[in-house]
Amino acid sequence: MTPVLEIKNVTKNFGGVRAIDDFSVKIEPGKIHGLIGPNGAGKTTIFNNITGILTPCNGTIIFDEKEITGKKPHEIAQYGIGRTFQNIRLFSNLSVLQNVILACSMDAQYNLIDAFIRSPRYRRMEKQISEKAMSLLESVGLDGNCDEIASKLPYGHQRKLEIARAIALNPKLILLDEPAAGMNADESAELVGFILEIKERHEFTVLMIEHHMDVVTNLCDYVTVLNFGKTIASGTPAEVKKNEHVIEAYLGGAEGC
Amino acid sequence: MFSDYTQGIMIIACINMIAVLGISVLTGFTRLFSFGNAGFMSIGAYTSALLTAKMGMPFIPAILVGILFAGIAAYLLGSLTLKLKGDYFLITTLGFGEMVRVLFNYIPITGGARGLSGIPKYTTLPIAVICLVLAVIIAWTLIHSKYGRNFTAIREQEIAAESVGIDITRSKKMAFVFSAMFAGWAGALYAHNLMFLSPMMFNLAKSAELTITVVIGGLGSLTGSIFGSLVVTLLPEIFRSLANYRMFLYGLAVVLIIILRPAGLFGYREFSIRKSIAFVKAAPGTITALLKGKSSKDKMEARK
Repeated sequence: MTPVLEIKNVTKNFGGVRAIDDFSVKIEPGKIHGLIGPNGAGKTTIFNNITGILTPCNGTIIFDEKEITGKKPHEIAQYGIGRTFQNIRLFSNLSVLQNVILACSMDAQYNLIDAFIRSPRYRRMEKQISEKAMSLLESVGLDGNCDEIASKLPYGHQRKLEIARAIALNPKLILLDEPAAGMNADESAELVGFILEIKERHEFTVLMIEHHMDVVTNLCDYVTVLNFGKTIASGTPAEVKKNEHVIEAYLGGAEGC
Repeated sequence: MFSDYTQGIMIIACINMIAVLGISVLTGFTRLFSFGNAGFMSIGAYTSALLTAKMGMPFIPAILVGILFAGIAAYLLGSLTLKLKGDYFLITTLGFGEMVRVLFNYIPITGGARGLSGIPKYTTLPIAVICLVLAVIIAWTLIHSKYGRNFTAIREQEIAAESVGIDITRSKKMAFVFSAMFAGWAGALYAHNLMFLSPMMFNLAKSAELTITVVIGGLGSLTGSIFGSLVVTLLPEIFRSLANYRMFLYGLAVVLIIILRPAGLFGYREFSIRKSIAFVKAAPGTITALLKGKSSKDKMEARK
């Protein structure tokens, strides 16, 4: 099967610091791929390189058989990569519904003249967008909150809203940056169920950064472990947990003790 | 119907509102600050004035060319500067506004610092009102389409806006050109109202006034901006007898509004007649409900 996303030998330097060092990975369609590693290992930097916020110094990124290296963030989103952020970035003063509607701008294929004369095309598309937004909110269980201001939502709901917003792009791939951050065991267990369910319903592939090992174990089909910008291990969660490099990176090596 | 004085003030209010609507879209909805819109006003004003006075062009085409020139200037400037982050962009607009002013001071055809006179009087009250209504409709439709939504997304969270596929540079440029065209429109009407132009009319203070008006009215509310410019235009007229204290009171009002209502008079909300009527209608109901609630409580207590 051709991978949804293929990263080939990507390197990113910040001045003298090598944040990502010759990183390669293949993400199979329909799978949930985990990216783990200690703080500062370069996980979010990889996300930012994929989504075009940063441009890799070296290497190529291929998404859906098209090269996307160095493209602008909005172009990459338009290709079909949705993302969430480590520190939630909602359109905070707007309502929950508006947050999702804003993310449907690609479905609004009308021009300025359509907008000014309120042409049938404009009305049809605007109607479709609000229906789509409502059904998305329904599928993440936020349809009861659609008029609330996004920043007033409880934390867990904000996470869900951010995911709903990413799904609004009809993405093939969604990048989740620490979706369980700040959640307790019960909440993360709920999140696992939520992600699995929503992934089945909307048929996308997931690449996620996560620190909660229980979330990773329950969700991920495959895990890549990073340390100092390098891949130190990869495999199924069970394999990775036994890997001595991983144990060393997380707990400190024998010489460290 | 109105005295000449009242009509004059009303025309000025309409013109200001058009320029302020442009800033409202730019600053209120996209959160880009421009201190150069007086520059775009002057481009619209001088273009339309020169075309009618020196070349005998009719009023409407002259205004349209004025608007177009202001828009082109904004497009070129925006292409160069819109990739800059917040404050840096603001400073380039400030520089631009001053540059245009100095330029009009030196080009002979504009009459330089002595000013340009002999501009035909075309801006009557009906024309100003029609222009304002048109401007409101255009701004309203834009804000309530996907373009306006994209602006709002940039205001709320630029990085997230990009991540959902919004071309932020393009949207910003659009908002900037739009605000410049509105400024040009206002400038052209201004020229044909005053029948005299001097570069000093379009200085930094004018640009600042436009932005302050939007802040007072509420960043993110078109009706707030309209209300704000009404306040800013009319207050000095009401306080005309206090001539020397006018600017002082104006400054005081701005400071007080920013302290007491940081989101502006209207905040993010739009004024809606339907909602206001609902509110007024609900008021007696609420009062009776409160009274009833009280009386039923009394009854409950009596029962105890």
